[in-house]
Amino acid sequence: MLQPEDVMLIKRLHGDLPLTDRPFADVAAEFGWTEDTVIERLRLLLAHGDLTRFGPLFQIERAGGNFVLAAIAVPEERFDAVTAQVNAFPEVAHNYRRAHPLNMWFVVAGETPEIARDALARIEALTGLPVLAFPKEREFFVELKLPLDEPAARLDHGTH
Amino acid sequence: MALTDFDRALIKATQSGLPLVSRPYEAVGAMLGVPGERVRERLAQMLEEGLIRRIGAVPNHYRLGFTANGMSVWDVDDAVVDELGARIGALSGVSHCYRRPRHLPDWPYNLFAMLHGRSREDVAQQACQIEALLGVACRGHDILYSTAILKKTGLRLTGN
Repeated sequence: MLQPEDVMLIKRLHGDLPLTDRPFADVAAEFGWTEDTVIERLRLLLAHGDLTRFGPLFQIERAGGNFVLAAIAVPEERFDAVTAQVNAFPEVAHNYRRAHPLNMWFVVAGETPEIARDALARIEALTGLPVLAFPKEREFFVELKLPLDEPAARLDHGTH
Repeated sequence: MALTDFDRALIKATQSGLPLVSRPYEAVGAMLGVPGERVRERLAQMLEEGLIRRIGAVPNHYRLGFTANGMSVWDVDDAVVDELGARIGALSGVSHCYRRPRHLPDWPYNLFAMLHGRSREDVAQQACQIEALLGVACRGHDILYSTAILKKTGLRLTGN
């Protein structure tokens, strides 16, 4: 269960960590905590899985990299086998099963658009199933805006 | 913008997270054989260039109680999709919002908004909000709930 201090810290670090020599000490100073407290809380939040990562979030597309969302209508009896085939590609960054005739949705990431396109073509050839590509044409917003302003006690339930 | 060798080394050293030590940038610099100052300078530039979205914590929204996620997809009039997409992306609960190509006749949807909530009712309620916002510009929509995470590794730079 998250403590109010954890929520404060997550909320603060949902923004940027200072690019200073001792950034955790600077964050600690904002809260009147010690540097060790910040580091230890972060370590626990990561260890418990409350945070999935802590560090720079790269947008590799700005350096020519490319992400393409793609979907396949996988016959139910082949679902596990096709999952294994698709997941074996290192270019596949995420793969979700979704309740729809197009039941497999995955993101292919490559350092260049050619690498991403090539991976889709190879997935199509390997599975023998049509791969529908949904490259992004325009991005409106990325990243969840969690309502972390709520009291910690309400983070696990209730509505907003 | 092409990545330099130093950039690639920096990304590889930090893409799974920053070291949780008093001087994290110094520690990264030590791995790369450069002063921490050089790491901080380049990270600051990458932030400015948009190659880094931010440096901070990535909350696990499942652990924070946001267990329902639905990919809402909308068939929106091309003349107004960009204007409306920007407004939808600003709604709380929306983590990603993109314009993507249709695949007619099977897939008429051109706007994708990923919704997160504490329950499917929560997600459905957010979809109602979007439906109201789109008004007559929307000809149809669907929500694809995820039923399993098949893979989730994110983009990793590989090779040299």
